[in-house]
Amino acid sequence: MTTTEKILARGSGKSEVDPGDVIFVKVDKLMMHDVSGPGVIKVFNDLERNGGKNLERIWDPDRVWVTEDHFVPAADRVSAENVNALANWTKKFGIKKHFKYGMGQYGICHTLSHEEALVLPGEVYVGGDSHTNTTGAMGAFATGLGHTDIAYVLTTGDIWFKVPETMLFRLSGKKPKNVMAKDIILKIIGDIGTDGANYQCMQFSGDIIKQLSMEERLTLTNMTTEAGAKNGIIEPDGITDAYLRDRTTTKYYSVFGDKDADYADVFTYEVEKLEPIVAKPFSPSNIATARELQNVEINHAYIGSCTGAKLEDLRAAAQVLKGSKVKIRTEVVPAAQSIYIKAIKEGLVEIFLEAGAVIGPPTCGACCGAHMGVLGKEDICVSTTNRNFPGRMGHIEAKTYLASPLVAAASALTGRITDPGDVMN
Amino acid sequence: MKAIRGKAHKYARANIDTDVIIPGPYLKVHDHKELAKHAMEGIDPEFPAKVSKGDFLVCGRNFGCGSSREHAPIALSQTGIYAILAPSFARIFYRNSVDGGYLLPIEIEESVLEKILDKDELELDFYQNKIINLTRSNESYPMKPFSDLIAKIVNAGGLMNYKR
Repeated sequence: MTTTEKILARGSGKSEVDPGDVIFVKVDKLMMHDVSGPGVIKVFNDLERNGGKNLERIWDPDRVWVTEDHFVPAADRVSAENVNALANWTKKFGIKKHFKYGMGQYGICHTLSHEEALVLPGEVYVGGDSHTNTTGAMGAFATGLGHTDIAYVLTTGDIWFKVPETMLFRLSGKKPKNVMAKDIILKIIGDIGTDGANYQCMQFSGDIIKQLSMEERLTLTNMTTEAGAKNGIIEPDGITDAYLRDRTTTKYYSVFGDKDADYADVFTYEVEKLEPIVAKPFSPSNIATARELQNVEINHAYIGSCTGAKLEDLRAAAQVLKGSKVKIRTEVVPAAQSIYIKAIKEGLVEIFLEAGAVIGPPTCGACCGAHMGVLGKEDICVSTTNRNFPGRMGHIEAKTYLASPLVAAASALTGRITDPGDVMN
Repeated sequence: MKAIRGKAHKYARANIDTDVIIPGPYLKVHDHKELAKHAMEGIDPEFPAKVSKGDFLVCGRNFGCGSSREHAPIALSQTGIYAILAPSFARIFYRNSVDGGYLLPIEIEESVLEKILDKDELELDFYQNKIINLTRSNESYPMKPFSDLIAKIVNAGGLMNYKR
């Protein structure tokens, strides 16, 4: 069995599962935020209104965590009321892990999952957000669900899954200096397409994984969602263990696939040959090299989101921006409060401010075109985020070029899509 | 399930994503009727006015890719859409449609997508798993039957009502 099959077998109490099996799986951890949370509450309220039983308690409040990330700071009255309703609900049902805006640690759900070690290797983790796949880099089965499915797990503690086939991506060679995990995953999505892994698991292995930090690995699994994958996964190793040692004392049980596991497909990537990659409007699979796009003029750079505003993403951007001035409007939005604090202590925030960028509080706001930096019709943005479908970051005609933090920062300095090698010495 | 008749609303392009079906600014909205007013806003702002209760959406492959927002099947079903016919669906959209009991995601062959035209009157026959095109001399096309569990959840009216 593959890593994912083994985790799902354990979760379903079976000794073995095969791809295609439809099984009910016990959930170890569940997440919802200020968009999915109110949606879940509505599912329960509608059931009660239609004569169903009142929800008296939830399956296990200690396995549930909640964050405010999409519409904080409150974009308007409706979003303020959603956040308040969610807070009342988590209090009523005894959920202690509720990360609140303006009350210490909070931030984008997928960033908190690793920053706070809320999910551990070998676990089954579901979240009310499509990018829940991110956390698979910790060696967990992590996948996104909608409101009804989350409501179901909150009542029963389990949920149905069709066991996915696994596509194995072997990443080999030595990683070039200016190539980041973002470039690797954009290249893969460009090759397989936005439904290239629909319903499937994308597993990453190979020499390159050993050269990637935990945060970089999280960028790979984060964007498996953009290929349609059910989950992305990387087997835990010394790097995973060291990362978790700094954050938790809880014991965990790493799961590894069998040597003779069956894969639906095996792809090999020679990362050594890769150059910085950019996804053009209006699809994450519409790729070109940054150099091929060097004549594309832009007027906005956004360094943010669960994909591209972790501490190392900010370090990469700062390395490019240090001592220079941006030529276009540039926004930096750390993915979580803890990362914001570390960025201040390391002097990164000062570099951004000196370069002329604006720093915003952690939020998903601009990435999903909701608030805090929405794009207008004429805007052309280079962004470290994950999607660039029409209307994703604002106006339906606004253009987003998805890129690594190095490329986004280099482009901020020139006002054109820029290969970082051209502005760094 | 008895046979269902309705009009086809066709948007043939592949990868119609959730940002197109219901854009990000409406994620804060949880009133189902309000969401319906903005269904498919990113592709056809007139869409809600065109749909009558029981109609079908006919679309290209990988329909509903992108975010996990349940707002997407909710908004479409609230306009009156009963089923979506497409060569394939993004996984979260598929489960949200079925588990929420909002509408039926029905898989068709890529070649069938070309045969059904906008405004065609269709009948879905769930006994024979056939689509009958009433506008085109009752031509019929196969539709992929639901798997066991999906059929049970559909018949229960959604996952919350499904008894194991």
